Amino acid sequence: MHIPDGFINASTSLGAGAVAAGGLGVSLRRTAQTLQEKQAPLAGLVAAYIFAVQMLNFPVAAGTSGHLLGGALAAVLVGPWAGAICVAVVLLVQGLLFADGGLTALGLNITNMAIVATFGGYAAFLLLRRLLPASRSAAAAAAGVAAGISVVLASVAFVVEYAIGGSGGAPVGTVVAAMVGVHTLIGVGEGIITALTVGVVLGVRPDLVHGAADLQTPLVLEAGEVR
Amino acid sequence: MRTSNLRLFLLGGLLVAAGLALFVSGFASSSPDGLEKVAGDKGFLQTARDHLVADGPLAGYTVRGIDDQRLSTGVSGLIGVLVTFGVGLALFALMRAVRSGRDRSGPTRAP
Repeated sequence: MHIPDGFINASTSLGAGAVAAGGLGVSLRRTAQTLQEKQAPLAGLVAAYIFAVQMLNFPVAAGTSGHLLGGALAAVLVGPWAGAICVAVVLLVQGLLFADGGLTALGLNITNMAIVATFGGYAAFLLLRRLLPASRSAAAAAAGVAAGISVVLASVAFVVEYAIGGSGGAPVGTVVAAMVGVHTLIGVGEGIITALTVGVVLGVRPDLVHGAADLQTPLVLEAGEVR
Repeated sequence: MRTSNLRLFLLGGLLVAAGLALFVSGFASSSPDGLEKVAGDKGFLQTARDHLVADGPLAGYTVRGIDDQRLSTGVSGLIGVLVTFGVGLALFALMRAVRSGRDRSGPTRAP
């Protein structure tokens, strides 16, 4: 999913850079306003964990692999604002040190994976949590399904960018079908990894899961049930 | 109250991330990822240009000088985990410091 230099033209990359800068600017401000003391090292850990798991490409179809994007996972664990920053840190380190994701495409990659996947995934997560029962296992399942959706959303964001300023002249209709098809498969892997990770953290330290803050104290839960 | 417990959680999480990067990443699939595959199938893969730091010491998740492929990938991953954690921690700690500075200069509030 990391776009290299050259796939998307300069003006579209600049436009995406503006979207990325705006999104991260708001995220930084919101995070600075709400960050709890324990969340600073936790957010660092979330970024490091996403970096590690992004290296673990899993096969999805003949000759194709995929890896975690992590936006939805980060949003569920530390909230969407801090989560977007976590993913952006990962993309920055990957682009600058590991030559993964073009430097002129950094704005595109941050837009797709740190903004679209994170906020889109978190919106899907909130919706699913409303539909599902208020339990830890349901919250982990909601995180998994939302994470799968977030991968497809990020792939659609790429297609939008390709439609605006893509190189090579591939018909957008066939690109969208291929991108959504393969990223639906990758989304299944993303969903499993995310649900497992959120499930483990909910089991060990439920108070550290931003997206399940309502499930940590029995008092809140009881009040909810009476209502 | 649960500060030590939090430290333990952070240490455990970091060990998991480091372990995955160091020991498991060398066994990851080397097939092209979804975007690369689509780009190849739809004929725009050749529009990719070489990365600006393609000759860097960690380019392509390898460590220059370590010939064993799995070890090279693993060590690069461990470096990446530590750098990402460090950058993330520094950034979020900075935001936290900025905020507490602002709190202190504002009206008094309960700790």
